[in-house]
Amino acid sequence: MSTSTATTFGWLVKREYWESRRGFLWTPFWAAAVLLILTVLGMIAGEVFNARTHGETQVQFGISLNQMLRGVSSHDMPELVRGLDMTMLSIAVIAGIVLSFVLFFYLLGALYDDRRDRSILFWKSLPISDTATVLSKAFAAVIVAPLIATAIVLVAYLAMQVLISLWLLIHGVNPIPLLWMHIEPFGIWLQLLVAIPVNAIWALPTVGWLLFCSAAARGKPFLWALLTPVVIGVLNTWVGLLGLPHIAQGFYWREIFCGALLSIIPFGWIGAQVGGVGFPIHHGHMFQGLSYESMGRALAMPQMWIGAAVGIALIAVAIWFRRWRDDA
Amino acid sequence: MSATPAMLDAETQNAAMRGSVIHAANLSKRYGKTAALNGASFDVRPGRIVGLIGPNGAGKTTALKAILGLTDFDGTLSVLGMDPRRERPALMQQVCFIADIATLPRWIRVDEAIDFVAGVHPRFDRAKCERFLARTKLTGNQRVRQMSKGMIVQLHLALVMAIDARLLVLDEPTLGLDIMYRKQFYQSLLEDYFDENKTILVTTHQVEEIEYILTDLMFIRDGKIVLDTPMDALGERFAEVLVNADRSDAARALHPLDERQVFGKSIFLFDGIDQTQLATLGEVRRPSVADLFVATMKGTYA
Repeated sequence: MSTSTATTFGWLVKREYWESRRGFLWTPFWAAAVLLILTVLGMIAGEVFNARTHGETQVQFGISLNQMLRGVSSHDMPELVRGLDMTMLSIAVIAGIVLSFVLFFYLLGALYDDRRDRSILFWKSLPISDTATVLSKAFAAVIVAPLIATAIVLVAYLAMQVLISLWLLIHGVNPIPLLWMHIEPFGIWLQLLVAIPVNAIWALPTVGWLLFCSAAARGKPFLWALLTPVVIGVLNTWVGLLGLPHIAQGFYWREIFCGALLSIIPFGWIGAQVGGVGFPIHHGHMFQGLSYESMGRALAMPQMWIGAAVGIALIAVAIWFRRWRDDA
Repeated sequence: MSATPAMLDAETQNAAMRGSVIHAANLSKRYGKTAALNGASFDVRPGRIVGLIGPNGAGKTTALKAILGLTDFDGTLSVLGMDPRRERPALMQQVCFIADIATLPRWIRVDEAIDFVAGVHPRFDRAKCERFLARTKLTGNQRVRQMSKGMIVQLHLALVMAIDARLLVLDEPTLGLDIMYRKQFYQSLLEDYFDENKTILVTTHQVEEIEYILTDLMFIRDGKIVLDTPMDALGERFAEVLVNADRSDAARALHPLDERQVFGKSIFLFDGIDQTQLATLGEVRRPSVADLFVATMKGTYA
């Protein structure tokens, strides 16, 4: 008759998925779909211009087909494979950006929305510990949502290959030896998959901070989450101007401020290795950064683990607030 | 009504042996400067339906929150032998509550709600829940946000009644519902849920409607329990006497709790006066809970 902790946790995660299906599934889905649609529009526009000018055409919508075409025409295999991987990475970058926004607002609402509409009283009428509840929300954010997004990236990538095959067929090129013989989607895709736990550890400071604000704020968690680090930063600068002891400017804004608010952005650790912040938007960086060696280097960075420890501490405080905050 | 007085007497003895479902001694809780609970003490025994009645701000909801482990407090409180502050997840396997109407999340579908409760609650009987829902117009893929208040309560009640819990706590469960749903709510509870192994603790403003299902009555005022009596004993302890104008001075000499005028006669409410003595003054009858409530709470709304 007893329900195991693992079963309960599974249902809690499923509940998070049900509640946030729109953000976890449909938002990345539509982002990928729009990218595909833009690519189709680009292909059509390219064909139209081609027909009109009988000349060289630059297809610039969506994924760059020129790079593909260059690889195809030169029969330069490494470049072709690289172009195919770029396609995958482009889709992954778009999905990652979209997912960052989704997760930011998901985490802010995770422990606040049900207090506001009082449905917390229903959840609390069930035999579930507050620790399991809060951890299920963190788990949904750093593991479940990225897994879904990564699956969508793979599907979108394969759909993209189908589109390109059609385009090659129209141009009288047989896509099978040219394209499908060289597709290795699982190489780069596996790297994206392995990167999920690295992203998860990297994201812990923001996850902790947002869950803490969500659990502790009596109202307006968004303003608390955003303004608190801004105000502290400004005060810190002011204290510095007075010549009093303060946290070094660069360190505060780069490590603390960005850690609290931006580490939810996937692959942030790639840029951090070269001293940058946020998304490694440059494809070349992204490409090298996603290697297993780079992941290893990221996991060896002390800031990775200091941030994770701070994030875990904040999650623990959020659990305490979830247990005792009594305002529903 | 499933429980006859004779059965209740046997149960009362039984309960004394089995101990209390809730034992509260000197419960206190302050919010800033106001005391929501101010030394409340009471015992609830198994197999009872207890009404906790009090004006707004008297501490009803705070008392329930303490029992459910939703808030911290001072004093002693044991629910089913557990400390609700420290053993909440284990306690909630044996305790259900409906706090207010419409606390079901608005995004959830009927099927999802059933799946989830079935997944996390070891004492949930899915077939039972589906049987209850079959009597309603609710359908599986309907979302709470598409339902009327009455339908939301039907769903919540179906979920809760399918849980074999020992204590059910209801906080204003029918507030804002129309009369059909209110009647149906309490009727379902009595016919399909309540038995001698279960205990129900209910707070409400609508005293008249639950008066006949209660086995025990508690009044709470300013954070203290000011009345705690089985309904059976209510008629022995309290009496309402309809007195002609010429005898009203004699009635006042017995220190009535309350006096009001109806059609040129006075109605006096007495606490603990011998009923044969009262019979000499006029017609004696058992007071309604509502009249008793008004008399007890005099001054709290002033």
